[in-house]
Amino acid sequence: MFDLEAIYRAASVQDAIAALVADPEAVVIAGGTDVLIRIREGKLAGCRLVSIHDLPELAGCRLDAAGALHIGPLTCFRDIVDHPLVQRHIPILAQAAAAVGGPQIRAMGTVGGNLCNGATSADTASSLFALNAVLTLTGPQGSRQLPVAEFYLGPGQVALQPGELLTDICIAQADYQGFGGCYLKYAMRNAMDIATLGTAVLARAHGAALMELRVAFGVAGPVPMRCPQCEAALSGTLFRDAERLIAGLVREEIHPRSSWRASREFRLQVAGENAARALRQAFIQAGGEV
Amino acid sequence: MGEESIIGKSVPRVDALDKVTGAARYTADLCPPGALVARILHSSIANGRVKRIDTAAAAAMPGVELVVTCFDVPDIAFPTAGHPWSVESAHQDVADRRLLNSRVRYFGDEIAAVVAVDEVTAERACRAIEVEYEEYPPCLTVEQAMAADAMPLHPEICPSNVLKEHSYSSGDLAAAQAEPGLLHLHRVYRTQPVQHCHIEPAVSFAYGEGGKIVVVSATQIPHIMRRVVGQALGLPWGQVRIIKPYLGGGFGNRQDVLYEPLNAYLSQRLNGRCVLLEASREEVFACTRQRHAITFSYHAWARPDGTLVARDITAWSQQGGYASHGHAIVANATTFLRDIYQDEQALATKAYTVYTNTGAGGAMRGYGIPQGCFAADCMMDDLAQALGLDPILIREKNMMRPGFVDPGTGIACQSYGLADCIRRGRELSDWDRLRRAYAQQSGPLRRGIGMAIFTYKTGVYPISLETASCRMVLNQDGTLQLHLGATEIGQGGDTVFLQMASAATGIPFADIHIVSTQDTDIAPFDTGAYASRQTYVTGKAIKKTGGLLREKLFAYAARLLGCDAAQLQLCGRQIVSAAGEPLISLADLAQNAFYGLDYSEHITAEATSHCADNTFAFGCCFAEIEVDLPLGRIRPLKVINVHDSGVLINPQLAEAQVHGGQSMGLGYALSEEMLYDEKGRLRNGNLLDYKLPTALDTPPLCVDFVQTVDPSGPFGNKALGEPPAIPVAPAIRNALLHATGVAVDELPLEPKRLVRLFQERGLI
Repeated sequence: MFDLEAIYRAASVQDAIAALVADPEAVVIAGGTDVLIRIREGKLAGCRLVSIHDLPELAGCRLDAAGALHIGPLTCFRDIVDHPLVQRHIPILAQAAAAVGGPQIRAMGTVGGNLCNGATSADTASSLFALNAVLTLTGPQGSRQLPVAEFYLGPGQVALQPGELLTDICIAQADYQGFGGCYLKYAMRNAMDIATLGTAVLARAHGAALMELRVAFGVAGPVPMRCPQCEAALSGTLFRDAERLIAGLVREEIHPRSSWRASREFRLQVAGENAARALRQAFIQAGGEV
Repeated sequence: MGEESIIGKSVPRVDALDKVTGAARYTADLCPPGALVARILHSSIANGRVKRIDTAAAAAMPGVELVVTCFDVPDIAFPTAGHPWSVESAHQDVADRRLLNSRVRYFGDEIAAVVAVDEVTAERACRAIEVEYEEYPPCLTVEQAMAADAMPLHPEICPSNVLKEHSYSSGDLAAAQAEPGLLHLHRVYRTQPVQHCHIEPAVSFAYGEGGKIVVVSATQIPHIMRRVVGQALGLPWGQVRIIKPYLGGGFGNRQDVLYEPLNAYLSQRLNGRCVLLEASREEVFACTRQRHAITFSYHAWARPDGTLVARDITAWSQQGGYASHGHAIVANATTFLRDIYQDEQALATKAYTVYTNTGAGGAMRGYGIPQGCFAADCMMDDLAQALGLDPILIREKNMMRPGFVDPGTGIACQSYGLADCIRRGRELSDWDRLRRAYAQQSGPLRRGIGMAIFTYKTGVYPISLETASCRMVLNQDGTLQLHLGATEIGQGGDTVFLQMASAATGIPFADIHIVSTQDTDIAPFDTGAYASRQTYVTGKAIKKTGGLLREKLFAYAARLLGCDAAQLQLCGRQIVSAAGEPLISLADLAQNAFYGLDYSEHITAEATSHCADNTFAFGCCFAEIEVDLPLGRIRPLKVINVHDSGVLINPQLAEAQVHGGQSMGLGYALSEEMLYDEKGRLRNGNLLDYKLPTALDTPPLCVDFVQTVDPSGPFGNKALGEPPAIPVAPAIRNALLHATGVAVDELPLEPKRLVRLFQERGLI
């Protein structure tokens, strides 16, 4: 039995926005895998919900005429994992979505919810950072676009204005074509866990050369982050040099904190190690010669 | 159809179909609609006193039926441990808890309760209660609690926080140590608090009926619970009725009385209205019981050939805020240390159980032996490594041998399969080859193989009473009903009880029906499911009662047929003559017995088996692992347990029991740990942050048995329930030592600890 005051089941995006405008304190619920937990913990006890769970226009994946891949934020993790377009063009996102929770969570939780929670540990966030995903936010005044890196304001805080919904996640063709990718989740067990550290690496290869590198982390700072200095230093170098140097470079650039779950030192160790391991897999996937 | 055929047969569990289809009903399924719901208010400090509670706002909320606080409940201290009551006051469990407590002794202590029309209302009312505390600094460790200036948590029970201590010695330790040429090792081994994680939470509902208070509860120990609820409420025990339906896991947490007395009291205060009290997972973690964290300061002296000459061991057990099973756990651990290995010259052990401001330690599968086994078998490998000996060889040199008698308890080794278990494990694990293959490795991924051995006492005699009763009732169609006070808690008890009843009576297995639910008004007395006692102790009662029932059946048949009862046999569903000639079917006999116009007799048999006996079970674990040094991760590749549990009643159920124990052992070894913050609050009291292993963390689990025939077991059987959880952690720790050369003396072997140690050792 959940302690909630009311739930409004929106019939369309506009209906949901209208409901949120009418009740600015209402909480959006999609898959519910985080919101229901917060209600149960008492943090959202007695809240009013606006459900966007039944809006098919927000789910699914498609390619547009320009070759950009659009992911509906209401697509559940399982459908991300299984979607042919995701598997073909951005398998790194399928890998990240497959790392979330367990089968039940992946059938209910959504990729948009994963972002809108604002958690640095969100498995799909670091891959979407590496992919330069652009988000569409729709509110009473219409729609606007925002790069995913600007969406995160702080722990648990995102750039959604009152009445706004995340309505599209877009990855331009230039941001996936020719890249190999790898997401490595480090958690204390192999399922049903949140990331101690998430590592996403995208690479383009030409023979033994690493033509372009993108590195993103979850839990390496208060919000998911890229490592632009490391990327600049290693893009255009030989893979074997990059593999040797990447651990040290990312460790200088990230700033994980110590908590009872893991110390800063531990996360630094894992980040360096997994960056090198993810780079190797991404580079091989991109056709590079190791 | 005798014991030869049904004992040792893997018949399917009798409760399987109902459990997999969802037809089986558990406590919460049985709660009548319209029951009121209770929630508990827990303290938000670990040590202190409730000065004032303001319940006015909560009591005024619509739908709230009752609010009680620690200042309202009867001033009766009661014990909660699920031990048989002792008629000697010196041996009775420590009575240190009240229904609600104004003296707060751990973070989450029960200080008030609300009963309302539904869960949300009760929860909201709890949040509306205002509490003012007088707060004291918490003692969260044994060291803090034993400090000279530490405030005693239970001054009325013991003047310091040492609840109890005891020591044991044999031989002349000083003289033994003085022998020239000995290797002396001193290590401190630490085990962590963990929890049972049964799937069904702590749950009960209580109502008044016929002048009695009825509590339906998920418990392992209905008859003991009846006594404790009576004591806690100051009621005659006969006015308490406990009903125990199917149960979703116990592992010892329900060998304790949890919220049932409070639940009964709340119903009583509401004139017997039905009240449901179901703990959340977070409450189960913070407020029920846990495995004691025990620290061992362990000295051992050995000759270069591996002979253990002497040991001097001190153990400190972290009890938490209330005594529960108290000193019994660490006492069991130190007894184990002298049973599993024998010192040639001298042994000294000392043990302390210390109150702390943390959740209470209680019974948990293995009852102190997983902790003791970790210490004992870490030391064996540390000695072997220092002396350059094979870990198996040093164990074989020093371990319990046939004919051993424990010098304190008098328990004798009546059947012995330990050496054969090790032999079998050695073969199955490919030990000799892998020890060599993994001896010299470099690089980030390294493999290792380790092992550990144990012995385990089957029942609790002579420390406590062992007694069980059984009742068999003939039905009108010649089938039988089996009534026991022993409980099915998921382990498969009902099925093996029926197998034993079939063997004891000769009546076909399919014709015997178990009454699975215990109702203390009806069920014969049995102390319940704990230790690894039921197949052994209850089995004896079944065997005895089966014999009585056969005599009654033959006596009735002889009267009916006009023949000599001594000449009759039971064969399948027929009573036959000595020559094997069918005389009368059981169905016809039963028809006559119930409805015969000249002589009806309702044939039943009932007997108590007072069990003044006990016996040692044995086993070992072999674990092969791969270590990822830079990431601090251990990947178990294979876990092999080999057990000597005497004759197996049902091999398939036995194997399942071992799988469960291996899983529990893996979590204990690698990931599980209850973590408290500096205020004494449990940080990770939920199944996300408490790292119970999942299926994806579990390697292939291999199981084998060495079947000895124990002369004291009713069917040659001895302990199996708890043992599988015991040896896994030290086997994995020793495999890590083999793989990396790093001896880790503290559980769990989790990545953060390992990365730190590998960095210190220059491995990464």
